[in-house]
Amino acid sequence: MPVFDVKGRRLGRVKDAALVPLVHSSRIDRYLVGSGDVWLTVRYDQVRSITLDEGIFLSDEHLTPYHDDEYMLRLGRDLLDQQIIDVTGRKVVRVTDLTFERHADGKRDMLTVTDVDIGVRSIVRRLFQGILPPRWIRRIQAPIPPQSIRWEFCNVVEPDPQRRLRLNISYQKLEAIHPADLADIVEELAPAEREAIFEMLDSEVAADTLSEVDPRMQASILEALEPEKAADIVEEMAPDEAADVLSELEQGASEDILDEMESSPKTEVQELLEFEEDTAGGMMNTEYVYLGVDASVADGLAAVKGNEELLENLNTVFLVDDQERLSAAIPLARLLMAPPDSRLKDLASESLLQVTVEEQQDRVLEFFDKYNLLTLPVVDENGKLAGVITADDVISVLRQK
Amino acid sequence: MPKLLGRFRYHLAIFFAVIGPGFITAVVDNDSGGIFTYSAAGARFGYLPLWTLLPITLALIITQEMCSRMGAVTGKGLSDLIREEFGLRITFLMMALLVITNLTNVMSEFAGVASSLELFHVSRYISVPLAAVAVWFLVVKGNYQSVEKIFLFACVLYVTYVISGFLVKPDWKEAAIYSVKPVLLLEPAYIYMLIGMVGTTIAPWMQFYLQAAVVEKGITAKEYAESRIEVVVGCVMTAVIAFFIIVACAGAIYSVMPTDIADATQAAVGLRPFGEYAVLLFSAGLLNASIFAASILPLSTAYTVCEGLGFESGVNRRMNEAPIFYTLYTALIVIGAGVVLIPGFPLVRMIVLSQVLNGMLLPFVLIPMVLLINKRDLMGEWVNPRWFNLVSWVVVVVMIGLTMAYGGLAVRGVH
Repeated sequence: MPVFDVKGRRLGRVKDAALVPLVHSSRIDRYLVGSGDVWLTVRYDQVRSITLDEGIFLSDEHLTPYHDDEYMLRLGRDLLDQQIIDVTGRKVVRVTDLTFERHADGKRDMLTVTDVDIGVRSIVRRLFQGILPPRWIRRIQAPIPPQSIRWEFCNVVEPDPQRRLRLNISYQKLEAIHPADLADIVEELAPAEREAIFEMLDSEVAADTLSEVDPRMQASILEALEPEKAADIVEEMAPDEAADVLSELEQGASEDILDEMESSPKTEVQELLEFEEDTAGGMMNTEYVYLGVDASVADGLAAVKGNEELLENLNTVFLVDDQERLSAAIPLARLLMAPPDSRLKDLASESLLQVTVEEQQDRVLEFFDKYNLLTLPVVDENGKLAGVITADDVISVLRQK
Repeated sequence: MPKLLGRFRYHLAIFFAVIGPGFITAVVDNDSGGIFTYSAAGARFGYLPLWTLLPITLALIITQEMCSRMGAVTGKGLSDLIREEFGLRITFLMMALLVITNLTNVMSEFAGVASSLELFHVSRYISVPLAAVAVWFLVVKGNYQSVEKIFLFACVLYVTYVISGFLVKPDWKEAAIYSVKPVLLLEPAYIYMLIGMVGTTIAPWMQFYLQAAVVEKGITAKEYAESRIEVVVGCVMTAVIAFFIIVACAGAIYSVMPTDIADATQAAVGLRPFGEYAVLLFSAGLLNASIFAASILPLSTAYTVCEGLGFESGVNRRMNEAPIFYTLYTALIVIGAGVVLIPGFPLVRMIVLSQVLNGMLLPFVLIPMVLLINKRDLMGEWVNPRWFNLVSWVVVVVMIGLTMAYGGLAVRGVH
């Protein structure tokens, strides 16, 4: 598109345009005009009119030569043909084209980015622009449905932290996505971009997402992060998953992360790390609710309420004797039905199923299948309750096979 | 007996432990196109073409190494990088060329299936449709992973060429001389064969496949050193097998009478020392190689194109989520297999032609690769050493030169 100065002289063509996201998230702030070897920068308020047929007419003479500016998101260079995240569609897409909207406020014309286009229709335009007359292109395009994403639902991925700050890129929008979907998105990106996202995400979201990521990838993500950040994420993970991830890391790297962790999650994870991966000890987690043998139903309910953070996977409470040995397991449903003053012991399942920490993974799977379990308690060599294996642990083992 | 079985299992475990993208790519390299092109070269020109193997292997190592390095450092596929750095139009052109060339390659794989089973009088009208349907379901329904190991293991059949290469008692002195003595004949058939040999060994689609496989496996720049070794070992292995195919065919066919191989029966003569089993071994090896490559090639092409152009891709997506991916994938198989069924279709000539097209397309893949791998903002400290660039450019120039020479000679009708 040609550009003309105040007196109507032709200055050159628009080579690229840029947003300055810190100032405005969608308005085109700079037009980069090339004439010969020199590129000039035109600010948005130096433009008088923009029309498709005639080009851009300026209202100001004082143009500055272009220099690469870290605060600019250049549409042609940084956006077109690159990958971005479609937040509503929850996937990674490649930008083929951009749609603008023209606003006139009487004094000047402004352009804002409204949509990012993907798909066949935009490919047709990009391929034939300037080769075929616009009318023909429109005719080819007509039967193809458009595929676009509103600009405000796009998230640009930028690995460089400095530039991310300058371009005002945050990943808050991503935090609304379900961790499992976010994990799929992350898996599609290149390693540097992947790490950028984990660096920026809230630790809790990052932890939930990391648990959903392909196990082979988990280790490389954690290794690439600063140990402090990695420790924050690992602390938020369920101890059994944290131990699984850390056991995949190289010795030095996992020690660095453990050093940065707070003491209570750290000991739990360290204990779990002791077990072989394909034994009951390696599969179990240490988050469970237990009470003394003499506890009443009311005590049981209070204990469940007191462990709100475990709710997702909680379906059994355990009773232990005075030597902390496992003596009974009570399904949560029975707890809810029983009168509050009855004793928990009387509600226990008839046969107590348990495995030791050394039990082979295959046997554990067999147990789950044979007895249709949701939860299986794991005890150490003295019969003390050491942890529980839940159905989701079993499912992830089966999926990996 | 159980002990023996245990040991066998142990060796098998070791065998699969070293296998990565580089190794698999190298094995797939000797597909039906490879077998027929090398056989044709040996049968027609004897030991003469052996000298090309050294430079071809060097070029193969360098291109494969560049791809896996780019994959490990950037974590992106080759078509992604081409799109991001060169824009949509160039990507589209390249993808169009690649689809056409790869389609001929898919045809050659199905031609391989047809010709291998025709040795046993199985009609191609039965074998090819069956193979096409099997491949389609194998990949789409996701059982491919488990079958891949069987394919890989069956590639042990290539050893028959090594054995045959010794048993035919070739003229080792001549073979040794011609391995290092370049001979260039200004004969269209010879140049055609040279292009085909380069094309079958350094096939463009393999660069896309290898880089994607490296990315898929999550190999990072840190772990890259091991992959490099694997790439080199794989390439050398490819070259050794190529060497023995040529030697076996030179000894068994050329020394009797120089022949233009026109069908599988003639090519099977390369395994003559195995007597009555020659046909069986040849057929089994060819069938395995063809189906192996036919499972990878259309899939890899569909992935490459969809990623480059930004369409949804992947067999883990449902068909209505990735319509273009599935359409392209299915079309490649249907057309590739369909063309082979045209009555009187010259199977072997088609196979060699597809490899020649590979060779002609190679510069168009190599040029963007060299440009990309020298970008410091992309590769950082992993940019190309200078001699890598030099070798790559020499390959580009040579391949363009050969293509033009062939065109020139063919037009002038020199024989």
